[in-house]
Parts: sequence; C-alpha cells; structure tokens
Amino acid sequence: MTGNPSLSLDLVSDVRQLVAFPFMVNALEAGTIVAVLAAIVGWYMVLRRQSFAGHTLAVMAFPGAAGAALAGLPTALGYYVACGAAALAMGGRSRPTMRGYRTETATIGTVQTVGLAAGYLFLSLNTEVLSGFETLLFGTFLGVTQNHVLVLLAVAVVALAALALVARPLLFATLDRDVAEASGVPAGALDVGFLLILSVAVAATSQVTGALLVFALLVAPPAAAQAITVRPLPGLVLSVAFGLVIVWLGLGVAYFSPYPVGFWTTAFAFGLYVVVRVGVFVGRGGARAAWTTRRGGWVVASPRAGS
Amino acid sequence: MNDALPATTFPAAAPPRPATPGPAVSVSQVAVRLGGKEVFTGVELTVGRGEFLAVLGPNGAGKSTLMKAILGLVPLAAGTISVLGRPPTQSRPSVGYLPQRRGFDGGTRVRGVDLVRLGLDGTRWGIPVGISNPARERRRAERRRVREVIELVDAAAYAHRAIGELSGGEQQRLLIAQALVRRPELLILDEPLDGLDLPNQATVAALLRRICVEEGVSVLLVAHDVNPLLPYLDRVIYLAAGRAVAGRVKEVITTRNLSSLYGSPIEVLRTGDGRMVVIGQPEAPHVHSHRHERPD
Ligand SMILES: Nc1ncnc2c1ncn2[C@@H]1O[C@H](COP(=O)(O)OP(=O)(O)OP(=O)(O)O)[C@@H](O)[C@H]1O
Ligand SMILES: [Mg+2]
Repeated sequence: MTGNPSLSLDLVSDVRQLVAFPFMVNALEAGTIVAVLAAIVGWYMVLRRQSFAGHTLAVMAFPGAAGAALAGLPTALGYYVACGAAALAMGGRSRPTMRGYRTETATIGTVQTVGLAAGYLFLSLNTEVLSGFETLLFGTFLGVTQNHVLVLLAVAVVALAALALVARPLLFATLDRDVAEASGVPAGALDVGFLLILSVAVAATSQVTGALLVFALLVAPPAAAQAITVRPLPGLVLSVAFGLVIVWLGLGVAYFSPYPVGFWTTAFAFGLYVVVRVGVFVGRGGARAAWTTRRGGWVVASPRAGS
Repeated sequence: MNDALPATTFPAAAPPRPATPGPAVSVSQVAVRLGGKEVFTGVELTVGRGEFLAVLGPNGAGKSTLMKAILGLVPLAAGTISVLGRPPTQSRPSVGYLPQRRGFDGGTRVRGVDLVRLGLDGTRWGIPVGISNPARERRRAERRRVREVIELVDAAAYAHRAIGELSGGEQQRLLIAQALVRRPELLILDEPLDGLDLPNQATVAALLRRICVEEGVSVLLVAHDVNPLLPYLDRVIYLAAGRAVAGRVKEVITTRNLSSLYGSPIEVLRTGDGRMVVIGQPEAPHVHSHRHERPD
C-alpha cells in the first residue's frame, strides 16, 4: 500500500490527503451539491410516495447515455433529456394519494420498460462500444471536472428555486389534494412540475452515484429524517444534513479504500437508515406511555347555540 | 363541558360581514352529468347568509357531486350556480371545504397543525422568507389563528402529533379546523359526522352550529342521519332519484314526499323524543337502475 493514500487516526492529515488532488476537490464539490439537491427534492418525493417514479427516472440514465453516445452528444445532456421525457410521459398520471395504493404504477412500470428497451436498442445500434458502462450504472468520482461542477451547481440552483416557488401549494396538494384543488391550487400542473424537478435532481445525482445508486441520496436521507420528525422545516434540514454526511463519508472512505464510491455511499445511507429506524422504534417504546396519558378524550362542548 | 369558550379562543374581531349582498349559495335548475350519466337534474337550492342547511339522501344520490358543483369542481350540464354572489371558482377564497372521508393512513408524516396551517397559506407561492416587521407580524397572526381554530374544535391535545396516528374522529376535528381557518363565509362539509360515535356526532353538530352563529358563517353539510342535526337545522334538501326537494325538516321528510321521490312506499316515523326514522328506503342500486333505464 506504500505510495497510496492511507487512512490514519489523524483526521487533519486525512483531510489534507483528500483535498491534495483537484479531482478529489471537484468530486467533493459535486457530491455536496448533489447531496443538498437530492435531500430536498427527495423529501417531497418520499412524502408524495413517488419512489417508484423516482426509480424509473433514475433508470432513464441508461437510454439517455446510450442515446447520447449514438447521437454523438454529451452523456449528461442525454441524462437530462431522457429523464425529462420520462417525467412528461408519466406526467399527470402519477397522482399521489394518501390512501390506498396508486393505480398509475402500471403507467410508471410501462415507461420504465420502454426506457430500458430503448436504451438496449441504442446500445446495439451503436457500432462503438459504450465506454464507462459500469460508471454509468454505479458511479465514479474520478473525472469530475470543474466544468461538471459548475453545470451541476447551475442545475441545482434552478431546480431548488423552482421547488421553492411551488413549495407550499405542492405540500398542500400532496397531503390534501381535494381541499387544495377546491382552494384553487392547480394540483395537476404541480404533479407534472414536480416530476420535472425530480427528473432534474435524479439526472444530476446519477452523475455522481451512478444510475442505480441514486436512491442512496434521494430516499435514505429524507426517509430517515421523516422517521425522526414530522415537522417540515426540521425534516428538510435533517435530510440535507444526512445527505451531506453520506456523501462526505462515502467519498472520503472510497478514496482510501479499494472499493468503489457507489458502494460506500450506499452502505452509509443504508446504515444511517437502519440506525434511525431502530432508534425511533426503541425511542417510541418509552414515549408511548407519555402519549396515552396526554391523549385523553374530547372535551365536550354544549349545544348552547341551538337557536 | 365547556359551555362558554374562554374569550381568547374566539377572535376579538366581529364575525366577517358578507362582503357581497345576496344569498350564500344560489343553485338554479342545475343538472350534472358524470361519465355520460345524469346524476341529477333541475336542482333548485338557496342557502341564505348564516343559514345552517343539510343535504340528505341515499348513497349515490349525488350529494357529494352537488357539493363539488357548488365548489366549481365539476362542470354543469345545465343551469347556473352562484356562490357569495360570484361564480363558484371566484369565491373559493371565502369557502371552507371538508371533502368526504379523508382518512390519513399511519404513514402520513405530517402534524395536524401543519395541515391546518396549509388551509391558511397552502395556496401561496414561494417560501415565507420575509424578515420585515409586517411579514413577521403576519406570520405571528397566522400562527395565532391556527391555534384559535384548533382550540375552537377542541383538538389542542393532539394537534402536534402526526395526523396518521390519530383516530378518525380526531382527524375529522382537525380537518374541520382546517376548513375554518381562513374565516370562510361559507362552509361546505361532506359528511362531517361520518366515523364519529353518537356523543361526538352531537358534539360536532353543536360545534358547527355554534360556529355558524358566532362567526356568521353559512353552513351546508351532507349527512346520512338527520337526527344529530335536528335541533340545529334551518332547512334540509333531500336528494334522491336524480331530483331534489328543499324546505323545513318537517315539511321535507314526510311519508308523502319521500314516497314520491323514490317512487315506492316509504314511511317516516317520529319517536317520542322527536327523532325521525325513515323506513323502506331503497338502496342505491335501485336508484341507479332507474337512471340507466332512462334513454340518453
Ligand atoms: N367521476 C365520476 N364519473 C362517473 N360517475 C360518477 C363520478 N363520480 C360520481 N359518479 C356517480 O355519480 C353518482 C353520485 O355520486 P356522489 O358521490 O355524488 O353520491 P353521494 O350522494 O355523495 O353518495 P354517498 O352517500 O355514497 O357519498 C353515483 O352514481 C356515482 O357513481
Ligand atoms: Mg358522498
């Protein structure tokens, strides 16, 4: 192992080794941007129960990249176009509901299959071998350029600004669609709008984690946060904090170890989720007794207004 | 029993005065078709300001559809509806709505207070980041208003827990608070007593009447059982077999009226304590088959 970076107990020297190479600084910057974007958009996705739609969008990286290679365009552009097209195809069909399960899973599944089939077709049409296939699926932190970072930053800023604009009506339509619509919230347009924002977040995230491991950043942080708190703002803050921890640990450890970054981010995400769920489960046991005493019955109001 | 609520739970401000003259709701010769099928036709209804009115009828009669038509959520095949003197879609900010049976399952990770708060600011774009004094003052006033309505429906004890963990009745109270939070001039409630036990049906009915009187709100609610509402109702509208009859309870719910609405013998009995029992009410499929026979 001589000559290779080695992990020591001296954290300062570890961090110094980490940032010694520009490619690693770029990777950390890209990871940070993506972690924040995925944690916030993912918070809505988990609340809306659109994980299946999110997964389908992630898979679109495959036809996106294969199609871009065939057309001679940049891979990242292929990601965004394929994800955006899939979001529009699922479009208004993906009404989330708070009860029952969703019939539109059939539509999403169809889009996913068609996307994979198209990707396979592009791949077989292409005479050149699609390079970096493994990277496409499982991610890498090598080769993130300063340019990539800037594009990611711009994309994240636009996506988060769009989400901030619709934040409250989207929350309203997610939790309470009928009433939101009756109050004038355009729930159908928000469905499509959110899928587009989600598609951007997925396309950006998959450039760091790879298409198949997007969920390490898109689902685990918000799901863990929502298990801990039911309050929107602290939930979002926690989600971002979890996302950052996962990315930084994942990149840092991957740098010193022979295993790929996709494995490490996913491992940390999974570990975090398990720890939080177990912690909440254990914590609830103690909290339950307190609730039962606080609950009580309704205070009965008397019908004094009966004209 | 809290007879009189503490003064703080009610806004010191007077109940909202009607901003526009005329009745709260005026439905004239309205017909609605859904999926090529006529749900009802020729419905006439007026809800006066501050009136407390119930819509009754068997399953599938079109009660929910009528509420949605009044909210401007379903298109009309014929007739006109005006709400607070305006077309339904324009009066939305002044209307509170409680849809039928909205259970939140255990996985819904949001607090009751946040849901009530969305009733107040859920239609606003952007995020509340203003740090100027008026912006902060407005947010404080909104939090105060949310607290007020939650106390008004006696839900303070559980409003800070995840809504999915609450019982159906507890959820119902918070949803009523949500419908009230914007100080609507008109409340449209689709089966607000659904899922409540008998004492709580009486309590919620009394609560709604109190809101109607003290906040000057017109209330239009759908109910299956008229009995818990009997002491408070100004009028009822009975919807069955695609038609509607409106009037005072005693005039509408009679053996003769219901028998002619259903086209089969129905008997209305009154118990010693004034409660009403409707006997021989056909089930919804019967009503439906009538409609299918009609040539379209
Ligand atoms: N979207 C729709 N498409 C087609 N038909 C519909 C639709 N919504 C409702 N209907 C039909 O319209 C009729 C009235 O439905 P509505 O929900 O208004 O009944 P209701 O009186 O509220 O019944 P309940 O007491 O069961 O709530 C029913 O026959 C129903 O099948
Ligand atoms: Mg109904």
